[in-house]
Amino acid sequence: MANEVVDHGRRRFLTATTSVVGAVGVVAAAVPFIKSWEPSARAKAAGAPVTADISKIEMGQKVDYAWRGLPVFVVRRTKEQLAVLPSLAPRLVDPDSTVDQQPDYIKGPDRAIKPEWLVVIGICTHLGCVPEFFPQIKPEPFDPNWKGGFFCPCHKSRYDLSGRVFSGVPAPKNLQVPPYHFADDTHIQIGVDPKEAG
Amino acid sequence: MANVFTRMGDWVNERAPGMMPAYRKHMTEYYAPKNFNLWYYFGSLALLVLVNQIVTGIFLTMNYKTSAAEAFASVEYIMRDVEWGWLIRYMHSTGASLFFVVVFLHMFRGLLYGSYKKPRELVWLLGMLIFLVLMAEAFMGYVLPWGNMSFWGAKVIISLFGTIPVIGSTLVEWIMGDYLPADATLNRFFALHVIALPLVLLLLVVLHIAALHEVGSNNPDGVEIKKGPKGNRWDALKPADGIPFHPYYTVKDLVGVGFFLLIAAFIIFFAPTFGGWFLEHDNFIPANNLTTPPLIKPVWYFTPFYAIVRMVPSAFGTAVWGVLAMFGAIAVLFALPWIDVGKVKSIRYRGTGYKVALGLFVFAFFGLGAIGTDITAELIPELFGDVNVTFWENLFGRTMTLIYFGYFVFLWFYTHLGWEKTKPVPERVTTHD
Repeated sequence: MANEVVDHGRRRFLTATTSVVGAVGVVAAAVPFIKSWEPSARAKAAGAPVTADISKIEMGQKVDYAWRGLPVFVVRRTKEQLAVLPSLAPRLVDPDSTVDQQPDYIKGPDRAIKPEWLVVIGICTHLGCVPEFFPQIKPEPFDPNWKGGFFCPCHKSRYDLSGRVFSGVPAPKNLQVPPYHFADDTHIQIGVDPKEAG
Repeated sequence: MANVFTRMGDWVNERAPGMMPAYRKHMTEYYAPKNFNLWYYFGSLALLVLVNQIVTGIFLTMNYKTSAAEAFASVEYIMRDVEWGWLIRYMHSTGASLFFVVVFLHMFRGLLYGSYKKPRELVWLLGMLIFLVLMAEAFMGYVLPWGNMSFWGAKVIISLFGTIPVIGSTLVEWIMGDYLPADATLNRFFALHVIALPLVLLLLVVLHIAALHEVGSNNPDGVEIKKGPKGNRWDALKPADGIPFHPYYTVKDLVGVGFFLLIAAFIIFFAPTFGGWFLEHDNFIPANNLTTPPLIKPVWYFTPFYAIVRMVPSAFGTAVWGVLAMFGAIAVLFALPWIDVGKVKSIRYRGTGYKVALGLFVFAFFGLGAIGTDITAELIPELFGDVNVTFWENLFGRTMTLIYFGYFVFLWFYTHLGWEKTKPVPERVTTHD
């Protein structure tokens, strides 16, 4: 070679630029593989709204519906059950539902469009188990002052009959309320807001 | 005939001259300390179980169906209709639990004799990575039969990532490929369980052994035989206290293998579910996304870590702290070589403080395991009658969690501030001739 002097600055620059361009290529090539793990079109389509016929639900009864594979609890609450809700506030983490766990039209201690009908996603906000339904206002093994609600068998989180979480349990938030509206007096559509339904 | 083999050997050696030296380096001329005891069986046993898992795993995939609709039935098909299918599956499921038994004992050996200390930090780090990958591998394998505990176990474990603020729920959907553990989840877990993670695991095992053979094995006295006198029966320049790995330790390990296979065979033939410990009862029910089993508990080997999640309460509107503590419980083990900087390796010559601390650490590990498996929730009312079980369980569990982490905090102060009063370490291994 005629010129034997190595230009180290030039060599470093070329190495660096080649590495950077190569790295960008690797990142770009990784995108399709990472995106392939997202819910597929079919999985998304299966998340369509669900209509629940509530005409046969008795007072104090709970019926589960599946929406997006999640259990949605529909509970018809009695007057006694509704009456104790406001008094539970001091024992709850978030009695006024300030944390974003419900659509903005869900307010107050009853957390419902119609107080009689509770609609919540039955997935514990701790680690996603399905809480069990203990509707009776009577002492339970896990709580001598039980006023009715939900008890999670996995890590013993407790919720009241509005799905509001008690303090001192592992779950941090109230049960989530899905978007829903009353299609008519006996049908609830889960997954659609009243506004969207018009 | 012998001539044919000699000529074949020569033919290969001419073309791959590095092969015999590599064999000698790792087998016949790898000089291991001559004072290995019972605790030194578990490394080779872990390798044996790994081979068992790979061989039985390959045969299980020949009949397993990777689909949420068919997986459960295909496992029952393997159990009932495939010739010897039950044996292959029980070898695999028992192997999974025994893998953790030997790995836990192997790791505890490291704590006993300070095998993680300089110059073996890299061996320890690679071993910890193996442990991490092994846990992922075991978790995903547990999901594959698609029983109800598979489903709910998957849901709970994946939900751990959902506690991360902001990105949590998106991350959970990304991991599952759906809004709940579903067909997509099962398929990707299968891909990871049978090919991706085993490849990583094998690579890490090779690196773990390669790194060990660079620095040489530790021993129950924690003495560096490479720094001791030279010259043994085979080589005048090699450590006097070393003996060739092959045939001396290969033969010793075969004795361990014999005992181990006896125990494994007993479990496989007489107690394959091990009373619900190796295969949980709720996993004999097909997955059902609307019914949680009455008690979700992971398989026994995850319970000490899982209990930590339960013992840490949520704060500031998030449950991420318990999850961080659980991952922290594993992460802190990675840092052990830099937390414990005591110069004396073996517990035989370490201070009383270390012995007490290690004892408490083991106690906390079992205590957390007892909480994770719900043994404490059953024991408390039996022992103390009508008391607030949750309160006492939390008190016990939080104490155990503090002891677990306290071990590392104590060790840092104990060794960094020079509080440890050690005994004199012998120059050579104590059983030399």
